[in-house]
Amino acid sequence: MDQSVNIINNSILDCSVAEFTNTSLKLDSGFELNNFKIAYKTFGVLNLKKNNAILVCHALTGDQYVTGTNPITKKEGWWSRMVGPNKPIDTNNFFVICSNVLGGCSGTSGPKEINPSTNLSYGCEFPNITICDMVKAQKYLIEVLKIDKLFAVTGGSMGAMQALQWTIDFPEKVKNIIHIAGALKHSTQNIAFHEVGRQAIMNDANWNKGSYIQKKALPERGLAVARMIAHITYLSDDAMHRKFGRKLQSRDIISFGFDADFQIESYLRYQGRSFVDRFDANSYLYLTRSMDYFDVVQKFSTTIEFFNNLNQHINYLIISFTSDWLFPTNENKEIVKKLNYFNRNVSFTEIETDKGHDSFLLDEPELDLTISGFLKNNFRKENNSE
Amino acid sequence: MNNKLSIRKDWRLIESLIDTRSKILDIGCGEGGLITQLEKNIQAKTNGIELNSELARKAISEGHNVVQGNAEGDLDQYSNQSFDYVILSQTLQAMIKPRDVLIELLRIGRKAIVSFPNFGHWKIRLQLLLSGKMPITKGLPYAWYETPNIHFFTIKDFQELCKKSNIIIEKSIALTSKGKQFEIVSGLSAANLFTSEAIFLLSYQNYEPIKLQTKQKSFVSKSVIAN
Repeated sequence: MDQSVNIINNSILDCSVAEFTNTSLKLDSGFELNNFKIAYKTFGVLNLKKNNAILVCHALTGDQYVTGTNPITKKEGWWSRMVGPNKPIDTNNFFVICSNVLGGCSGTSGPKEINPSTNLSYGCEFPNITICDMVKAQKYLIEVLKIDKLFAVTGGSMGAMQALQWTIDFPEKVKNIIHIAGALKHSTQNIAFHEVGRQAIMNDANWNKGSYIQKKALPERGLAVARMIAHITYLSDDAMHRKFGRKLQSRDIISFGFDADFQIESYLRYQGRSFVDRFDANSYLYLTRSMDYFDVVQKFSTTIEFFNNLNQHINYLIISFTSDWLFPTNENKEIVKKLNYFNRNVSFTEIETDKGHDSFLLDEPELDLTISGFLKNNFRKENNSE
Repeated sequence: MNNKLSIRKDWRLIESLIDTRSKILDIGCGEGGLITQLEKNIQAKTNGIELNSELARKAISEGHNVVQGNAEGDLDQYSNQSFDYVILSQTLQAMIKPRDVLIELLRIGRKAIVSFPNFGHWKIRLQLLLSGKMPITKGLPYAWYETPNIHFFTIKDFQELCKKSNIIIEKSIALTSKGKQFEIVSGLSAANLFTSEAIFLLSYQNYEPIKLQTKQKSFVSKSVIAN
């Protein structure tokens, strides 16, 4: 059979799904995915020159619903304060694409989806996924959308990893990247936190080596604990103190027991509980693993080392936050140093905030101003020079 | 660190020292005013460093390549001779180790352009002589306890440092407090008396670059050297 792709409008998921058949997607692990699908959403209009497309890459637990209403949670999209009409990434001017990553659980091929060869949910039969694999899949999607060059690729955290990977694997297809709160490699401490989260899931009696969907009992407690741990790492001590302090939850005195006495406990329990409604435990295993495997220290150097590289035209904007201890400033700065050493177009700023790693998703006016100006003026410059 | 009008004049002079289409690093670039001017007027390819995060972000949002950073901590990330010109305008006097910075400038750039307020100006000398207190002038408007300018020096001092460090002064221009400009002839002490601000074009011409070894990088050619 021939290689083909079908674009389907999925009304339940309220998004488009590109279904690739007989398209060999060679994964880092050596596995070959021949049939796969990518769930995505687009916002704004692609202009005639097709030079105004921006790919937004989501973080670990994100999805394609970057702005507008998420049909699953019925809440606003995860970056709706950044993306939309008259927002910093302005969909009046830019054509924004956001796709669910490979291995995810919002409609793109991942452990939750049906394995065409067994007609059962993949579970842990799904092949291992890396950041590089995700980007490869995104490139297929960009080609289907007939976009030769992306004006920009952006994302925070795992999204930043993807943006960086784009400049390494497909530099000729990217003009600008906005890399927020990422790193050249996932740190030891971050791997450690991920491992604790995975252990929580895998030690849930319902996990069943990943085949819980057939058994119809989900490893919810494990996934909730994983989320609680991770959530702490997304905040900062100062922000937690400011928000919760040692305040008690719906009570005046401590209970001398193990209820959620403190507001922070109640908050984390809520975060854990609400997460299991929208996220697949196996996907959480796969995606945390993909981040752990991310290490482009060598590759990044070699791709920018030589003159007349395909990536020499790229404008890199690297942004970090003072209180982010998951992807701290010094790790973001490693990228800046490399780029400066090889004389590339690089901008860097550290934004002062106490909101921790999650700052990129929150109300940070300085982040908005920097991103909107960077996009607007680089777009203007490019169109003037043409 | 100076008033706006004289900064503009400073920029015009700096521009006059630079060949068109050069690759430039502006250290302490603020919100990117000089960079904008150089891109527009002489099609320069620019990078900038700015310590103040808000100013750096302003420059970035104008579409400039600007890195938030410190002239004394962040110059080591640039490779040898990677710019045609490195500009340090009105900042050398605020450095903790001005000599090290000066040497870094010429490691990174083929040429360096340095401008600074001249502490040898007759008005400053007179203020110190008559009042017995640290001088406060238009160009150096801060009281001693809050000034960012921690190393005061005169044109003569600077010329001596260049000589000591094997740095060649290719050109030096003086601005008087009234905005008049003239070329500084070395050995003429009148220049030191009447210059309120000096701009120097410097290079290491004729010297083997191996003399500029820094802590982390040995000095051969471009990108082949490991950190």
